[in-house]
Amino acid sequence: MIRSELIQKVADENPHLYQRDVERIVNTIFEEIIDAMARGDRVELRGFGAFSVKSRDARTGRNPRTGESVEVEAKSVPFFKTGKLLRDRLNGK
Amino acid sequence: MTNKTLTRMDLSEAVFNEAGLSRNECAALVESVLQHMSDALVSGETVKISSFGTFSVRDKAARVGRNPKTGEEVPIHPRRVLTFRPSHLMKERVAAGNK
Repeated sequence: MIRSELIQKVADENPHLYQRDVERIVNTIFEEIIDAMARGDRVELRGFGAFSVKSRDARTGRNPRTGESVEVEAKSVPFFKTGKLLRDRLNGK
Repeated sequence: MTNKTLTRMDLSEAVFNEAGLSRNECAALVESVLQHMSDALVSGETVKISSFGTFSVRDKAARVGRNPKTGEEVPIHPRRVLTFRPSHLMKERVAAGNK
């Protein structure tokens, strides 16, 4: 399923809304999640999962092609943990 | 960093500010988006949201686990797990925002 298919499904359920409004709504949701994580906030969606930010320490990496070592800076990365309900549903519970 | 936790309520508030619909309807739309994504994943589909990220379902084989406290062996049954791969855009914005 891709973004446009998701928008279509939500639009089909809401015939009173214009497709372009549904598109804006769906985009707002994803945008809001990214904005929150960019501020260092967590987004917890019970039953679905939680988006959070994890810190990675600086390390010495290696260019796999040349074997040369490179310093990798400390950075923050997005992380998603699946919610219990969705995890159970994936396993037919 | 503000270190807050956002919930469905905050997402539906964002939709409310954007869409000019009732709060109830905005909450229902947020729920509907999550529901459609969950349903697709449960049916084994990959959910690919451009410039956000990709959710995919992977099969894990059975293996023998160990209770780290007692050392007891416990069978871990084969299971399906969900993995999320953030898009480049998300990674960049999260990295830039949390320097």
